[in-house]
Amino acid sequence: MAVVTHHAYLAAEPAAATAAGSPVLSFAWLLFALPLAGAAILLLGGRRTDKWGHLLGTLLPVASFVLAVLILFDLLGRAGDARSVSVPVYEWFTVGGFSAGVDLLVDPLSISFVLLITFVGSLIHVYSIGYMAEDPGRRRFFAYLNLFVAAMLVLVLADNFVLLFLGWEGVGLASYLLIGFWQYKPSAATAAKKAFLINRVGDLGLLVAMMIMFAVLGAISFSEVFAAVPGAGDGILLAVGLLLLLGACGKSAQLPLQAWLLDAMEGPTPVSALIHAATMVTAGVYLIVRAGPIFEAAPVAQTAVVTVGAATMLAGGIIASAKDDIKKSLAGSTMSQIGMMVLAAGLGPVGYVAAIAHLITHGFFKAGLFLGAGSVMHAMNEGVDMRRYGGLAPKMPITFATFGVGYLAIIGVPLLSGWWTKESIISATFGVGGTTGLVLGSAVVLGALLTAFYMSRMVFMTFLGEPRWEEGVHPHESPANMTVPMVLLAIGSLALGAFLMLGDRFATFLAPATGAEVHHFDVAHAFTAPYGLAALVVLVLGVAVAWALYLRKPVVETAPKGNLVTVAASRELYGNEINEGLVMRPGQVLTKALVVIEDKVVDAAVNGLGAGVRDSSSGLGRAQTGFARSYALTMLFGAVIVAATLAVRL
Amino acid sequence: MIPWLTIAIALPAIGAVAVWALSRSRTPAADTAQTNRAEAAAGGGTDTITRVRPAQRSASAGAENAKRAAFGFSLATLAVVVAMALRFDTGASGLQFEQTHDWIPRFGVHYAVGVDGIALVLILLSAVLVPLVMLAAWREHEDRQDGGAGYFALILALQAMMVGVFAAADVFLFYVFFEAMLIPVYFMIGRYGRGEQRARAAVKFLLYSLAGGLIMLVAVIGVYVAGGTFLWTELTGSGGALAGIDTELAVWLFLGFFIAFAIKAPMWPVHTWLPDAAQASRPGTAVLLVGVLDKVGTYGMLRYCLELFPSAVSAFVWPVVALSLVSIVYGAILAIGQNDMMRLVAYTSVSHFGFITLGIFALTEQAQAGAALYMVNHGFATGALFLVVGFLVSRRGSAEIADYGGVQKVAPVLAGAFLVAGLAGLGLPGLAPFVSEFLVLIGAYAFSPVAAVIAVLGVVLAALYVLWMYQRTMTGPTPERLSGLKDLNVREKWAVGPLLALLIVFGLYPQPMLDAIDPAVERTVQIGTADAPAADGATAEEGGRE
Amino acid sequence: MDPMNYIVLAALLFTIGAVGVLVRRNAIIVFMCVELMLNACNLAFVAFARMHGDIEGQVIAFFVMVVAAAEVVVGLAIIMQIFRTRRSASLDDANLLKN
Repeated sequence: MAVVTHHAYLAAEPAAATAAGSPVLSFAWLLFALPLAGAAILLLGGRRTDKWGHLLGTLLPVASFVLAVLILFDLLGRAGDARSVSVPVYEWFTVGGFSAGVDLLVDPLSISFVLLITFVGSLIHVYSIGYMAEDPGRRRFFAYLNLFVAAMLVLVLADNFVLLFLGWEGVGLASYLLIGFWQYKPSAATAAKKAFLINRVGDLGLLVAMMIMFAVLGAISFSEVFAAVPGAGDGILLAVGLLLLLGACGKSAQLPLQAWLLDAMEGPTPVSALIHAATMVTAGVYLIVRAGPIFEAAPVAQTAVVTVGAATMLAGGIIASAKDDIKKSLAGSTMSQIGMMVLAAGLGPVGYVAAIAHLITHGFFKAGLFLGAGSVMHAMNEGVDMRRYGGLAPKMPITFATFGVGYLAIIGVPLLSGWWTKESIISATFGVGGTTGLVLGSAVVLGALLTAFYMSRMVFMTFLGEPRWEEGVHPHESPANMTVPMVLLAIGSLALGAFLMLGDRFATFLAPATGAEVHHFDVAHAFTAPYGLAALVVLVLGVAVAWALYLRKPVVETAPKGNLVTVAASRELYGNEINEGLVMRPGQVLTKALVVIEDKVVDAAVNGLGAGVRDSSSGLGRAQTGFARSYALTMLFGAVIVAATLAVRL
Repeated sequence: MIPWLTIAIALPAIGAVAVWALSRSRTPAADTAQTNRAEAAAGGGTDTITRVRPAQRSASAGAENAKRAAFGFSLATLAVVVAMALRFDTGASGLQFEQTHDWIPRFGVHYAVGVDGIALVLILLSAVLVPLVMLAAWREHEDRQDGGAGYFALILALQAMMVGVFAAADVFLFYVFFEAMLIPVYFMIGRYGRGEQRARAAVKFLLYSLAGGLIMLVAVIGVYVAGGTFLWTELTGSGGALAGIDTELAVWLFLGFFIAFAIKAPMWPVHTWLPDAAQASRPGTAVLLVGVLDKVGTYGMLRYCLELFPSAVSAFVWPVVALSLVSIVYGAILAIGQNDMMRLVAYTSVSHFGFITLGIFALTEQAQAGAALYMVNHGFATGALFLVVGFLVSRRGSAEIADYGGVQKVAPVLAGAFLVAGLAGLGLPGLAPFVSEFLVLIGAYAFSPVAAVIAVLGVVLAALYVLWMYQRTMTGPTPERLSGLKDLNVREKWAVGPLLALLIVFGLYPQPMLDAIDPAVERTVQIGTADAPAADGATAEEGGRE
Repeated sequence: MDPMNYIVLAALLFTIGAVGVLVRRNAIIVFMCVELMLNACNLAFVAFARMHGDIEGQVIAFFVMVVAAAEVVVGLAIIMQIFRTRRSASLDDANLLKN
């Protein structure tokens, strides 16, 4: 295996050229400014923009995509090492030795994300025109989507951790707004709040990590932080690594901060496709890869990353296998797939390319699957229970075809997109060698088995078998503005993997930015090596089991009671119960206790002081009888005492 | 040389008297056209025409004129302050626009004013908030005999004192403004407040503040005895009159000032007046009370405690940081447990003030600059939140969270404004408070990692109290009784819109404010740290003796 | 003559006045007793001035006289008012100062 290592950050820092002389790159800020302007216009314009708001909202991400393509060609026109360009926009805030700028970093890693976000984002905007056509809040929906795209682009384009944090929280806000888009549903509002709160816990990690970076490493910009890594203590790097991982866990729904993602399916389906499948939830992977130099210097943190990824991959797969709600099953699948990417990213440079490549292909097929699910839901009067689907294939041929392609891609049918990238993750994990490689590799293969099972289950229950529709449901194919994005995503699911991996195209492109190692992807080897064969075997096995359980015999319309394992899986492995018992309940008790303390102790002390003064003064007041002669007597006594004192003293 | 600061103090003071006089005079009854025009000016014509009985019309026309005059005076003050700010030299660290005249020469009392960057931005804050508060309160007291004009006069009087207290460069003059501020606020809560408890809340506020003020008076006299002058510029600095005083004396004087400021800044455990006062206040009063008035406390800590008694600082750093951390977490948790929106916002302020005091006493440049910036940003954010809550209250007459639900459906603009203000409160990046909170946190980490990590908890809790309040009031099904709830009208949009715009502008481009603040902060940080080592030995001994 | 005699006289007068204030009920008589005490003080002041050979005591005596005169004016007016409204000059009937 040919291994080429580039450490652009560490080796050739000044090589990060500036945008000067490149007209396209100096407009990189337009990438996020355009959708941001869209959000502002749609929100401030109010009802006046109702008529054309969705069109503007769609046009702007498309414009960003066009600009991103231009920037990509600009980068491709440069030598490999000169493809990392920082674009300062303006100084955000500077105090003393601390400076945070709105500085962008355009490099192969960020532009890959930008292309994914703007392309998939644009398609989902188009899809939403049809999907939200009946919704009175469509304009607001597009405003939030634009806001999301802008924030996500800031996240991936940021050249320092503070600006990244701006995007990080910005996507959190957009996610909050969109999950809770149907605010009148209490469940949606609760899910939105839950997502934001759990993300905040993760953000806490990012915040503290930034504090440590500034206090110890003296900077918060990527290049300076990474340049300071070799001189930093192991403890510091471990702490920063673990804190960044905490942030990544929150955003990417990794254990133990996974509980929000399934509830987030309360949002409209295009939101689930864009935010909770293709882009935002992968930000954690981006962060880990971007902060690679820190993780590479902290092996324990890397181990933690790998462990979290592996655990989430399996947990997500188990949950996805038990959910009857099509969107929640897909959400579990997303958890699982992102766990796989996190695992790969935790391997270090050896896994970066595989992780990011899988992230991109996953963005395509998972978005396609979600849009397909949305199309099905549309046809089924917004029903989400797969036990009431069945036999939809003839009624919805385009949806079935596109969903089918996504399905084949995600389970890793050879030569489809998912196969290429999953195969490279498997090869990277086994490539670690030793027991670690074996354990991790087996975990990924097990994850692949689960994927094959739950995705087959989903397709069988939804499109094949006998119809089990509820009364009054008349399935129909969706309009063209919904099916065209699905078709385009399906084409990506078919061919993108091959395009990226053949000739190691993506690996050589990405390597300079991340210091990734370029593994040659050997197609023939993937079929002959033991791990390649294992992957094929589990693929067949998973499909076969699903066939035996969900196609050979009819699906029951109400979920069976199930055994211990399936109940646990369908209750999301008790994640909510754990949160409730460990955090919510004690928190409620503490809050109530403090409210009582405030009232009965802190405030009572002050009120008591006031009451004391009042009582004592009314007591003294009682001595004022109003009788002049009693006053005179008192005075006499006073005079006598004074006189006596004087007499004694003298 | 134009006496900017004196104009900025005198203009609202004259305005207060003029408005009070105008509200007494009655204009001819027939002038209904003017009334209508006044309403158009006030509400852009979209307000429902007020149901004024003919007999009251003349009085209401007078009140309308008085209120317009008050609004004019507040805008004029804003113009003066902005003009002054544009002439401010951000390169210099000392006081600018200084004026010094003898007032009571026998005791070394001067009328001395001057501002540095921190005072300047706080004066700007008050100048921005006052006209907006007036707009928001325009219709609030129409059932009163004076039609609310008296309230407007009180606001102007308060503004004069707020500018004065930040501009004062003489300790005695500062004390005078500090105490005099209580009077208009007492009436704004007690007379123009909300609910039956308002008299009690006003007295509680007054007694609390007076108690602190009297302790401060002792310290003020102590300063004169020790330093021989009240002039701030002569007292401070390495060659100042207080430079050589005994550390033990400095500690006592510091404490005297600090108690007054801690009460004003609501710091745990002397914060309990604030929730009561906020609950009994009209939203406009609450905006000025929490947004500006309480900042006098934190401003005083920075300007008087730190700069007058640098040798005492090191003895106070840890106790104050500990109290700040308690305030941050305690205020946030109590905010979660509240059922009344006004009280809830008040408790969030206790939490936010904890961040400010933490930043001041962390004694690093980032933390102090963050704290100074936080004072302004908190004024904008909490001001906006109080105003929006006020709009809700003015519609339903209740601040109970349980009385609302699903408001977003019927009043989307109101809900949006509420959400933006709330998000600012929880420190969302892109909105102004994030910058200050972040600076405080990274500065505090350099001071003490443990303190910074505890403070970060407040950030998580902030998300809970803001979003939970939003969820309970704005989302869910809209109950029948709220189905007729009106969205914001033009006047209300103009009242809260500028604040939201400022939150976004200063969230994305806070540098101009930081440029103004930074030189002043460099000065105080230098004082706080440069003198500390010299004083360390002395204070350590002191700690041993106690 | 020994100035000490004047002092003894002043003490006696003062005591008579004080006892009068304490035991009598009639406001007018109490008032006169107060005057008696004031003048006892005056006598003592003048005697001391004589003993010490300076003028300060006499000056103070003049002040006391002025105050006494003012007091008579105000006090009598108050007593007159109380008498008019209550038809009684007894001190024990009036407790308007209570609380």
